[in-house]
Amino acid sequence: MKHDFSELRLDRVTRRFAASGGHVFNALSDMTLTIRRGEFIALLGPSGCGKSTALNCIAGLLPLSGGTIKLDDTRIDTLPPERRGFGMVFQNYALFPHMSVAKNIGFGLRMRGVASSAIAPRVANALKLVQLTGQEHKLPGQLSGGQQQRVAIARAIVIEPPLILMDEPLSNLDAKLRLETRSEIRRIHRELGRATIYVTHDQDEALSLADRIVVMKDGVVQQIATPQQVYAEPANLHVARFMGYRNVIDLAVIGERDGRVALEGPDFRLSGTRKLPLAGARAAVAIRPEEITIAGASDGDNVIAGRVDNVEYGGRDSLVDVVTAGGTRLHVRAGTHLQPGANVFVHVPAERVLVYPAEA
Amino acid sequence: MSGAGPSQGANRAPPGGSAAAKPHAWGDRASAIARDTLAARAPFDRSLLLVAPATAFMLLLFIYPFLYGLILSFEPAEGGALANYRKFFTTDNLWPTIWTTLRLALPATLINVGVALPIAYKMRVKSRWQRWITTLLVVPITLGTVLIAEGMLTYFGPKGWLAQFLQLLHAYDGSIRLTHNYWGVLISLVISGFPFAFLLILSYVTGIDPVLARAASTLGADAKAQFRHIYLPLLAPGLAMCFCLAFVQAFSVFPSAVLLGAPAGPTRVISIAAYEAAFEQYDYSLASAIAMIMGFVQLIIVAVVLWLRNWFYKGPVTGGKG
Repeated sequence: MKHDFSELRLDRVTRRFAASGGHVFNALSDMTLTIRRGEFIALLGPSGCGKSTALNCIAGLLPLSGGTIKLDDTRIDTLPPERRGFGMVFQNYALFPHMSVAKNIGFGLRMRGVASSAIAPRVANALKLVQLTGQEHKLPGQLSGGQQQRVAIARAIVIEPPLILMDEPLSNLDAKLRLETRSEIRRIHRELGRATIYVTHDQDEALSLADRIVVMKDGVVQQIATPQQVYAEPANLHVARFMGYRNVIDLAVIGERDGRVALEGPDFRLSGTRKLPLAGARAAVAIRPEEITIAGASDGDNVIAGRVDNVEYGGRDSLVDVVTAGGTRLHVRAGTHLQPGANVFVHVPAERVLVYPAEA
Repeated sequence: MSGAGPSQGANRAPPGGSAAAKPHAWGDRASAIARDTLAARAPFDRSLLLVAPATAFMLLLFIYPFLYGLILSFEPAEGGALANYRKFFTTDNLWPTIWTTLRLALPATLINVGVALPIAYKMRVKSRWQRWITTLLVVPITLGTVLIAEGMLTYFGPKGWLAQFLQLLHAYDGSIRLTHNYWGVLISLVISGFPFAFLLILSYVTGIDPVLARAASTLGADAKAQFRHIYLPLLAPGLAMCFCLAFVQAFSVFPSAVLLGAPAGPTRVISIAAYEAAFEQYDYSLASAIAMIMGFVQLIIVAVVLWLRNWFYKGPVTGGKG
């Protein structure tokens, strides 16, 4: 077990499960990823996308069906979890219910044969880091959910692991606590500088915490990029959908030049920015609701006429559905003044209309 | 007990005990509120009547016979109120039955719990074999003690299949005596008691969230350490409970002690003494006294084990929400 490393390399890591009827189901296919020292990586995707499978493979809780995992030059995918020495935080905390907070946090050190006189100060430090000083003699059952998760984090970091693995650690917390604990995780990462792999299905969590995001779907990595890139330049339609591009519209291609694509709908024209090579006469455009604005006039490029159909009040603004005469529905984030039935014009800049090949 | 009202039910600690329940002061408050509104709305909750049959059942079939026997034991045919008890502890073929019974019941219980634990622990992971092995191990519970005794006499007897088989192989040519002695009764207690202990422990083991063991493994605990530091402490209260139940069952051994043992000597257990007093000497008073002593010995062992159980954590065995 090492306390530090410069690179963790996943090379074509694959995990298959036997499904019913003798079929084999690829929960994770050929995942290749290099994690650098101190980096915060988020594995992001909908449930069943293979992100937790990947994490369990790295932790050693699931054997690989193929591929290798290397920590610098040491191959670790054949080691059992107890010899990898990665700290892991579980979704349901997984605190030992019969041990006090201090015993829980000190467990990893005890398993490493650290003398009990040396364990106490390290546990105290970890408690201070997660701001739970004074709670060391309580049992986990006496703590709130947020406190339990902080104990779990302290338990994972006190062993000074080279890598910290977190499996949706915030999903059992309520909205307010989730935000607080998220900041806490960010702060702890900044203070310790330990490489962290964080599994989540929440794009906000991934965007706010990660240095790099790995977007996954159906066991396949879709994009590995910084939060800014994933947010603004999704690699494909799956990523776009997942990152909040709620408008995905299938349109006819009528022209293409220098990456700028002219498209035609039943009753409107749009020009957009090509993100992937197009094939065929049709393409799909992806647009974020917040990048569509209500236009004052009907003239100009990329202006579409429509009628307000549905308004969802959202406090600062509303989510408005605008339907064109031809029946195309656009989700628009707009001011709170619009009423259903009103005729409006909406506008979206061509560089924010992302054009991808049409889906089969 | 069965007479408890709904408000008391709401106030009761969650299964497993007080340690985990205490901190939730809000739970007490909630039940206090529930109690208030219930009390205000319905001075008498008629659904309470539903416990009446059970209460009557308990009174008629348990409490009354018990008290009857207790009083009867203090009314011997001759001598003072304690004459039966004095007689039991001074008669040479009566008081040693306590030790004879303990000598059978304690090892049988230890074997049952001790063997069931590792097997149940292995069976906690769902596998293709799990169902088959579980079924196989549980079958003896469906057989009565008499049927088991019949089978054992055929199988383990001096001319039984086991002896014939061993002699055929020339593995062991000496005489094998596994019936009509201490061993016969012990084996029978293990056969009939094991499935019970196994099922009980299996349910305790599978009740422990496996994610705890995974968490322990990421913290550096190998399989042995996971068992020692996670499973064993969490199982301890359940094991104590299982020990008590298995012990009480084994301590009241009667049919196999007669059929497979040597009821005149080495396996003259306390229930045989009580039986003889009641149905051979027709001294119901003495028989009642022996039954009371039998119950008292069981009570002592159970009390000791349950006292030891207090040293362990007894709360819920999951690692948090989820």
